This record gives sequence, structure tokens and C-alpha cells, in this order.
Amino acid sequence: MANPQRTIPAPPSNPETTAFWDGATHGKLLIKTCRACRQTHYYPRALCPFCFSDATEWETTAGTGTLYSYSVMRRAEVPYAIAYVTLDEGPTMMTNLVDCDFDALRIGQRVKVKFTPTDGGPPVPTFTPA
Amino acid sequence: MSIKGQAYIAGVYEHPTRKADDKSLAQLHAEVAKGALEDAGLTKDDVDGYFCAGDAPGLGPLSMADYLGLELRHMDTTETGGSSYVVHVGHAAQAIAAGKCTVALVTLAGRPRAEGMATGTAPRNYGAAAPDVQFEYPFGPTVVNQYAMCAMRHMHEFGTTSEQLAWIKVAASHHAQHNPHALLRDVVTVEQVVSSPIIADPLHRLDCCVITDGGGAVVVVHPDVAKRLKRPRVRLLGAGEAVKHQMGGKVDLTYTGAVRSGPIAFAEAGVKPSDIKYVSIYDSFTITVLMTLEDLGFAAKGQGGKFVADGNLIAGTGKLPFNTDGGGLCNNHPANRGGMTKVIEAVRQLRGEAHPKVQVKNCDVALAHGTGGSLGTRHASATVIMERE
Repeated sequence: MANPQRTIPAPPSNPETTAFWDGATHGKLLIKTCRACRQTHYYPRALCPFCFSDATEWETTAGTGTLYSYSVMRRAEVPYAIAYVTLDEGPTMMTNLVDCDFDALRIGQRVKVKFTPTDGGPPVPTFTPA
Repeated sequence: MSIKGQAYIAGVYEHPTRKADDKSLAQLHAEVAKGALEDAGLTKDDVDGYFCAGDAPGLGPLSMADYLGLELRHMDTTETGGSSYVVHVGHAAQAIAAGKCTVALVTLAGRPRAEGMATGTAPRNYGAAAPDVQFEYPFGPTVVNQYAMCAMRHMHEFGTTSEQLAWIKVAASHHAQHNPHALLRDVVTVEQVVSSPIIADPLHRLDCCVITDGGGAVVVVHPDVAKRLKRPRVRLLGAGEAVKHQMGGKVDLTYTGAVRSGPIAFAEAGVKPSDIKYVSIYDSFTITVLMTLEDLGFAAKGQGGKFVADGNLIAGTGKLPFNTDGGGLCNNHPANRGGMTKVIEAVRQLRGEAHPKVQVKNCDVALAHGTGGSLGTRHASATVIMERE
């Protein structure tokens, strides 16, 4: 059984991250890849956090991954599930799990991105069981 | 340059209040400063170094030096959340060893209860310019659910149970019953912990620390100053600090920065975990203690649950007595920052001034460890090791 969805606050974007949120608006989950060291990272930065090169570029992910960890915040007006999802491209990102039965969640399960509207901002990448 | 033997903790003070409706923030800082200086047998005019963190009002050391009437030649405002004051003790020793000051005062104070702050259950937002905020704040990261994700992963990888975590709270409560200032003085059972309401899976209400007003202070001094004071001498042996974060997306919630701060402190001190008679371990949540004990080498990784079970942390019966004041879980977590009280109780133990019911026999070497920020995202770990001279 799906749980009711809490209101998600708008993410405060900035010039460094405009492309990420434009992508989200168009249903695409973007991460950064470094042309110098070929590593992907998250959250996205202008300079690679591994080699400090500024040759980072946006990459569109498949939007699929594996649940690394999660916790259902029970003491909240509308309970919600915070999580870390490891994308198939490598990086692990903080997110919410939506449209799911909180009591059936399991670490290691496959999940896919589903963008969820926010309160006056671009949608954010949340995940749902695949 | 090593700090070993270069500085002593000469004075400590923990404010007795747990709810400070009738006091200002600056006043609390002043009251703990006075308490620690009196404990040392020093006066305000002896202070030439001052250390404070983000809890200090106004422009930190400037506002506080003005308010307290201090003449300073050294100041340090390293801000690493709740571990700041453990970091400050190490930095004070470094400054003293380098000749930058001779009497260093470190203060902490806060009034989150009086201000009605939803400390653990409201999403934290450090401002839109914090680079992580737009990628985290929308998802509702609270203090509790971030640590809860660490507990969830630890359980998944190592089979750690809620009952094992509960033993940490049980041990703290056994100690708190003897502390007249402790916020929670009732001894609790494993059953009571695991049947308390879930705040964020898998952490229960009784897996969480208390929220209190008050504060504490420490005075770190040059050896020449320590030798002319009358109090038992507590000598600093080693200090280590480390930052752990998400590593660009290579998130691993199974360990803490103590894997680095601990070995640095042990190496400088020239001691090993088996030499430590008492530990003060940052206890924002039960899981914080369990992971830290593993990372400091008191238990193998993944074996922390078995290590803390069956009362092993209880003074008098367990192998490794911890947080004998009741810790943040039962006694005090002033300003939502527990590092200061960790140092203070370790000093009490080394002086033989802990409550007789929890005083560790022959307590010659002790360790205090702080965790600031969040184990679930980014945090600073700080370890100090000290001995009774």
C-alpha cells in the first residue's frame, strides 16, 4: 500500500547546478563525470572531488539503482522514507522512497527514479521499487 | 611536534542546569568559565587563550572576550559541531606547546530546551549556500533519520540487533542513577528501550540522547602552570581529528572518522586500546557509540553489538566502563553538543572524582571521543587520550 506524500521543499539551485535541475524538470537524472580521471561523482560539482580537474561534464543516468540504506521517519506529520540509493553508474545519492509500502522495503532491492514535485521548485529525484 | 606531555587539563566544570529559562546564552558561557577556572585554582586574568565554537553568541571570541573581560593573545574558533570541544583540547595543547598561550579556556553553552528547538526531528538546513543542501534538504534529513540509516546498514551487514544497541542506553542509565544532575535518572531495561516508540527506523526514542540547556568548560594549561596548582594533574598524551564525508558519492555508512582520529591519538600517546581504563564516547544515539567503539579498536568491525551487550559498558561489572556521568543518553547534551561533557567526565575519572558508585579503580589512562555533524552525511571525529600523573 502506498503512503501519503509529504510536501517536499523546493531545492535552492545555483549557477553551478542549473543544468541538474533543468534535467530534473525534463525527467532526466544527471550526474557529473570527470574527463580527466573518468570517475563519476555526486552531488555534482564544477571541480571533480577526486582529481580537482574542472573538466567535468553532465551525464544522463539510466535512473536505476540499488537501495543502500533507508529509514522511515515515523515521528513526522506525514511519515516518509529517507534513503541512499547506489546508481548503476556508481555514485550513491540521498533521496526519498515514494509510492511504496514502507514496511516492505529491503536494503539491496532494485529501485528506479521517479521525479516528485516540490513546493514551488523543480521536481526532485525520488525512487520507487523497480 | 607532539603534544604529549606539553599540556595539562587543570580545570573542568559542567553547568548543573538542564533548563535555563532564566539565563542568557552569554551568561551560561560566563558561568561555566568561572566554574572551570575556580576548579583549577586560576582566575580570569590568567587566561591568555580562548576557544569557542558555533554555540558562542555574536562574533564568537570577540563578543565573548568583550563580555567576559578577557585579554587574549591566542584564539581558535574551530567549528565541528558537537566534537568541537574535543578538537579544542588538542588545539589548545598545540598552541601551548608552540608558546602561543599558557592558560587556554574552552567554553560551550546553549539553551535548546528553553528555545523549544526540535533538535532531532526537524530537517537540518545549514543555508542555501551549503553545497549539499539542495541535494539533501528536500528529502527531509533529520539528525535522527541520518544516524538511523547508519544503524540500518550496520544491522544489514553485520547482524547487529536493536537489543544490542539498547544495552548502550541501559549502561548509561545505570550510571545516571548516581548523578543528581542527570536529566534521566531511572534505570531502564533492554525491553523498555526496544518497546519505546520508533522515531526513525530502527532507532527508538530511548536510542536518542536528551536535549538539555547548560554547558561546560575546560581549562588547558602549560606544564609550568599545572605544577603550581593544587588539583590532581591530568596530562594530555595524544589527540587526533578527522573529517569523514560522502566521498563524492562513495558513501559508506558502516564506519566513522574515528578510524583515522583514533590511530593518530593512540600513536601520539604511545598507548593501545587495551591500556585505556575508561572511555567517554560521544553518544548522540546508541549507534554512535557502537560504531565508534569498533572504529577506535575496542571491538572488531561488525562485532560492536556483541561487545556492548550484557552490561559490558557498565562501571564495576563491565570490561570497558563508558560515560559514567550518564552521558548524552541520560545525563546531559548541552546545546546539542556532547563533546565537552565527554572531556569533563574523563577528567573526573582520572582525578578519582567520579561518583564513588561509578569510579573506575586505578583509572590512570582515559580516552574521550567526540563526533560532530552527522555520521549519515559528514562529520568530524576527535579523540583525546590523557593520563593521571
